[in-house]
Amino acid sequence: MIKNLNVALIGNPNTGKTSVFNALTGLNQKVGNYPGITVEKKQGSCRLDRVTKAKILDLPGTYSLNASSIDESVVVELLLNKNDPDFPDVAVVVTDVENLKRNLLLFTQIKDLEIPTVLVINMADQMRRKGIKIELEKLEKKLNTNLVLVSTRLNSGVEKLKQILIDYKSISTLPILDPNTIDQDYFENLGKAFPNQSLYKLWMVITQDVNFTRLERQKVPDSTQFKTQPKSYLKKLQQREIIKRYQTINQILKETYSVNREEATDLRSKLDNLFIHKFWGYVIFFLILLIIFQVIFDWSSVPMDFIDSSFAHVSEWTKTLMPSGILTDLISEGVIPGLGGIVIFIPQIAFLFLFISILEETGYMSRVVFLMDRGLRKFGLSGKSVVPLISGTACAIPAVMATRNIEDWKERLITILVVPFTTCSARLPVFMILISLVIPNDRLLGINYQGLTLMGLYLIGFLMALVSASILNRFLKLPNKSYFVVEMPNYKLPLLKNVAITVWEKTRSFVVEAGKIILAISILLWFMASFGPGEKFSNAEQIVTQQYENEAFEGLELENKIASFKLENSYIGILGKTIEPMILPLGYDWKIGIALITSFAAREVFIGALATIYSVEREAEETIKKRMAGETRNDGSRLFNLPTGISLMLFYAFAMQCMSTLAIVKKETNSWKWPSIQLFSMTVIAYLSALIAYQILK
Amino acid sequence: MFPLDQLVIGQKAVIESIKTDFLPLKLIEMGCLPGNEISLLYSAPYRDPLYLKIDEAHLAIRKEVAKYIMVKPLMDD
Repeated sequence: MIKNLNVALIGNPNTGKTSVFNALTGLNQKVGNYPGITVEKKQGSCRLDRVTKAKILDLPGTYSLNASSIDESVVVELLLNKNDPDFPDVAVVVTDVENLKRNLLLFTQIKDLEIPTVLVINMADQMRRKGIKIELEKLEKKLNTNLVLVSTRLNSGVEKLKQILIDYKSISTLPILDPNTIDQDYFENLGKAFPNQSLYKLWMVITQDVNFTRLERQKVPDSTQFKTQPKSYLKKLQQREIIKRYQTINQILKETYSVNREEATDLRSKLDNLFIHKFWGYVIFFLILLIIFQVIFDWSSVPMDFIDSSFAHVSEWTKTLMPSGILTDLISEGVIPGLGGIVIFIPQIAFLFLFISILEETGYMSRVVFLMDRGLRKFGLSGKSVVPLISGTACAIPAVMATRNIEDWKERLITILVVPFTTCSARLPVFMILISLVIPNDRLLGINYQGLTLMGLYLIGFLMALVSASILNRFLKLPNKSYFVVEMPNYKLPLLKNVAITVWEKTRSFVVEAGKIILAISILLWFMASFGPGEKFSNAEQIVTQQYENEAFEGLELENKIASFKLENSYIGILGKTIEPMILPLGYDWKIGIALITSFAAREVFIGALATIYSVEREAEETIKKRMAGETRNDGSRLFNLPTGISLMLFYAFAMQCMSTLAIVKKETNSWKWPSIQLFSMTVIAYLSALIAYQILK
Repeated sequence: MFPLDQLVIGQKAVIESIKTDFLPLKLIEMGCLPGNEISLLYSAPYRDPLYLKIDEAHLAIRKEVAKYIMVKPLMDD
């Protein structure tokens, strides 16, 4: 019989909690969501010994149990709810050896919930360099817990942690702080009102919404209604609780923990002098961005071209291998080009997440937050908007979620509203293919024109985000509370394993999630392009043959004429033709119109849609790019010329074409109002700028 | 005794009092409590935000919040 054990990993941000999670579970992890909310739920499993298996839950990082965001409230709600299937048999609090005092605040709170709690002191490899000495046995005794020193970098301590987990029943559950010492009267009354219950748990339930006002929280099942005191009084008590806890912790650490400052080597101040320098700090940040974008463009193009042509080959190959018929057509013209449209993303997304996770892991991102705060505040944003704005270059969905640590609601709302202007990876393939079609692949002083154009598009996205933010800032009437606190973590070398897992996990889930939509739409598109209403579609061959009776068309040419006549009269063709008058002034024909309409579900569908449309129309032996380059207007000139290319790029830069983002904005703002405003205004901006660009350039 | 935002860069001080109604709880959790040592390490341009070391925590807050923290500078010895 295998015993199953629920383990919850809890800790402050920047304590390396995720490294411990990775060390325990390796790749046996999956990321999902908590039901009903968009908080990421990371779960993994780990074999402790022959008969014990642990289900490990990596809870969102939090500084205390006084939740002030939805991520943090997930932690409290789980720890208060014994009936939750994930309720931990044992809690592991991960702390950072250098910030032990502050980390112990959370530890003592959790221990007081009477859950068996293990203390992990992480980053033990830093102890000597920082001159830290800990009397482990004494500390263990004073805190009445089981303690383990861990270094995920040196891979030490993890086995001991596993042993402690197996033996979790022997861990003391005695609380550390007596709530009565916080406020005797209050807690005595509480005890009278609810006899035989843990005072501290009651207190946690009552104070759940003291700080946490804006977002709707889920009810704790056995929630009590003991609200005899106003919020401000409860907040005072919370502060007194923190003071009491620190008094206890200080007392304990005084006897067990010492730092010899002279032994400490100060990497922090050396790097800070450079990275947050009032001039060089900004130069460095700009250079880092420049490098990221050059790398994404230059390095990704090789695997992308390879993927592009491979899919064209596979498509062709299926056609020759499989018996001809409707199923073969569906696979070679619908499914395979659709899949190609997803797979082609992988190199860029992986690179972007690689850079973002390195910036986060090293601690550099907090410095950027610090540098940018004052400047961004002028636009109604926060320094913390930098993280969403940079993550937005990968995908707006995690970016909208990353706004949660912005304390001020107005700054947060503005960030959510403007973040979809940043160039997400779904726009990249659209940009890449358009750039390669209309911008020359030459170099000036070693800088590639195409790379420069791409950087320009990123800048234009950021600029538009800033402009709309300052407009919103002026017109949104919301109270502004400046509760900006950002921790400046130590600089660290990124752990390869962490970075690799992040890149893998994010890329995988993006490809799967986006992939479902793209694949579904590609198939739907193929059907709509392959069938049509009425006589014109079903009798296409006859009509076209008759039309060109007197002209000496050879077989292939005639076939092409038939195919395009068919497409024009298919369902999708009729749809495209209907909107053609609207998009003609932007320089698009009805086929681009089709791609545009379908892109409103997800931008990346653009290429897949064109691929589907063109391969339905002609033989699929060429790559998508070649097919697009070969498209002509009525007068014989290239369809994808500079004006149309620029106009399209601007449209895709500004338009809100992503159902998933709209859905997440609805969830995070709790109303349809904001996503509707987003959809409407962004589309108007996109249309107008594309119109102006085309009319000027044409 | 004066508000924290008037501290000179590099200067050390002790927190004398805090106006709790105007401070986020998180700041208090990170050790912004009377009696703790505080020093101003850096500031961004226009002296805002401020990069502080409070007790053992390194963190940044905005000037407007720093006004609610009263400090007494420590004399250099």
